[in-house]
Amino acid sequence: MATQQTQGLARGLLSPAVGLLFVWMIVPLAMTIYFSTLRYSLLDPGAETFIGLDNFRYFLTDPAFLASLLNTLVLVGAVLAITIVLGVPLALLLDQPMIGRNIVRLMVIAPFFVMPTVSALVWKNLLLHPVSGLLAWLSTLVGVTPIDWFNDAPMLAVILIVAWQWLPFATLILLTALQSQDEEQKEAAEMDGAGAFSTFFHLTLPHLARPITVVILIETIFLLTVFAEIFVTTGGGPGLQTTNIAFMIYSQALIQYDVGSASAGGLVAVVIANILAFFLVRIVGRNLET
Amino acid sequence: MARRVSPTRIVVSTVAAWACGLLIFFPILWMVLASFKTELEAFAIPPSFLFFEWTTENYITVQTRSDYFHHAMNSIVIAGGSTIIAALIAVPAAWSMAFAPTRRTKDILLWMLSTKMMPAVGVLVPIYLIFKNLDLLDTRVGLVAILCLGNLPIVVWMLFTYFKEIPRDILEAARMDGATVERELIYVLTPMAIPGIASTLLLNLILAWNEAFWTLNLSTSQAAPLTVFIASYSSPEGLFWAKLSAASTMAIAPILVLGWFSQRQLVRGLTFGAVK
Repeated sequence: MATQQTQGLARGLLSPAVGLLFVWMIVPLAMTIYFSTLRYSLLDPGAETFIGLDNFRYFLTDPAFLASLLNTLVLVGAVLAITIVLGVPLALLLDQPMIGRNIVRLMVIAPFFVMPTVSALVWKNLLLHPVSGLLAWLSTLVGVTPIDWFNDAPMLAVILIVAWQWLPFATLILLTALQSQDEEQKEAAEMDGAGAFSTFFHLTLPHLARPITVVILIETIFLLTVFAEIFVTTGGGPGLQTTNIAFMIYSQALIQYDVGSASAGGLVAVVIANILAFFLVRIVGRNLET
Repeated sequence: MARRVSPTRIVVSTVAAWACGLLIFFPILWMVLASFKTELEAFAIPPSFLFFEWTTENYITVQTRSDYFHHAMNSIVIAGGSTIIAALIAVPAAWSMAFAPTRRTKDILLWMLSTKMMPAVGVLVPIYLIFKNLDLLDTRVGLVAILCLGNLPIVVWMLFTYFKEIPRDILEAARMDGATVERELIYVLTPMAIPGIASTLLLNLILAWNEAFWTLNLSTSQAAPLTVFIASYSSPEGLFWAKLSAASTMAIAPILVLGWFSQRQLVRGLTFGAVK
C-alpha cells in the first residue's frame, strides 16, 4: 500500500524514538553487567578490580537477600490479593444503578492520583500513629489497645498503604471491563431463571478473567519495585522487616556505596521482572493486530 | 436497554457504594481537614472533625518557611518538560507505525513495552554514576531527561492505539478529492488526532508528576520536585501534621483534578490497550 517514499519517511519518523529507547535500555544495562563483575566501592574510587561472579555469590548468599526476597513476595502477594478480592465486588457494586455514581467513582479512584510520598506520610502520621492517629483513637473507643503499626506490624502497615493506592486501579480496570459486558447475555440468563450467584460465576467471572490477569501482571511489575512508600515510612526497618529487593539495592548502592554488589542485585531484579514481563507482553501482543 | 430496576435495589446499592467510596476517600478528606487545623488540634485526641478553628496559617507557613513554590515550579517544569519532549519524539513514531506499518511494527511495539518492564532499580547504579560524572545530579535537566525516557514507551503505545482508530477511508476520500499529503495532514488527520494526543499528554503528566523513584534518588534540594519536598517531612522536628497536610493538599490538588478527567485514558494507557 505504502510507496517506497513513505516507507522511508516512516522509518525516519520512527528512528529517534527507537534509537533513544535502545540507548536508554542498553547503555545502563551494559554498565550494570560490567559493574557487577567488579569490586567497586564509591568510597574507594580507582581501586576497581575484576572479581568475576563474586558479587552475585555475595548478594545471593547474603541473609538480607533472602529476607528481602521474602518481603518482596509478601508485599506483592498481599497487595495483589487485597486489590483483587476487594476490587471485584467493588467494581460490581459500582456497576449497579445508583444515585451519584460519578461522584462515588471519583472518590474511589482518587487515591491512585496521590503521589506515593504523600499517601505514605499521611497514613503513617495522621492515620496509623500509635497515639494520635485516627485508628488509635478508634480502637480506644472500642476498648482495644492501639497497635504501634510501624514497630509491631511494619510490613502490614506498608501493605495497607500500598493496597490503598492500588485498589482504585484494580477497581477501575475491572469496572471498565464490566461495562463492556454483554447486557443481553445477562438478561437472557436472568430470564432463564439464573440466580445472581450463578450469573456471577458463569458469566461475569469468566468475562473478568482477562482483565484480572492484566491487573495482576501490571500491578506485579509496579509492586516488585515499591520504593518511595518504604523510603519515607520505615527506611526498610525495623531491622530488615520492610526491606524489599528494590530497597536493598538502593541501600547497597547509595548508603553503603557498594556499586558491585548493588549492580549484581539490580540484575537479579531485572531477571525477576523479565520473567513476568514475558507473560504480560504475550497477553498484550495477542490482541494487537497491526 | 432499559431494564426494570426496583427502587429498593437502587437505594441499597447507593448506600453501599457511597459508604465504600467515602471510606476509600477518607484519608484524603482527613488530610485536607488537618491542613486547616492548628498543629495542636491536628494532633489532639479525641480528634475534631469539623468544629475547630479553621485556619489557613499552615499554607502560609509552608510557603514562607520552606519555599513551597520553588518545589512546585520544579514539579511543573519536570513533569511538563518531560511530557512535551516525550510527545515530540513519540508522535512521529506512533504516527509512522499506525499509518505505514511494516512487518516489524508489532515487534518494535512489543520491544518498547518490554523496556518499560525493566525495573528502574536495576539501572539505578549506572544512572546515578552517569549523573554524578556529568554533574546532572539535582538538576531539572537530568530529571526531565530520565522521566521523558522512562515514560516514552507508554506515550508511544497510547498514541499508537489512538492513531489506529482514525479511519483509513477518510484518507482515501481526501486523496480522491485531490488533497496533497500536506493538506491531508493539516486538515484531515490533525483534527482527528488531537483528542488522542491530549489524553496521552494528560496521563503522562500525571505519571511524571507523581514519579517518586528517580526524583527521590537523583534530586535533593535545588531541583527537588514536590515528591521529594513532601518526603522531607519524614524526618521533621516538632509538630508538623498540619503543615504536612497543607503541603500535601497543594501537591495533589492539581493532579487530582486532572486525574479525574482522564479516568478512561488511565485504563487504556496503563494496560497498554489490553483493556479499553
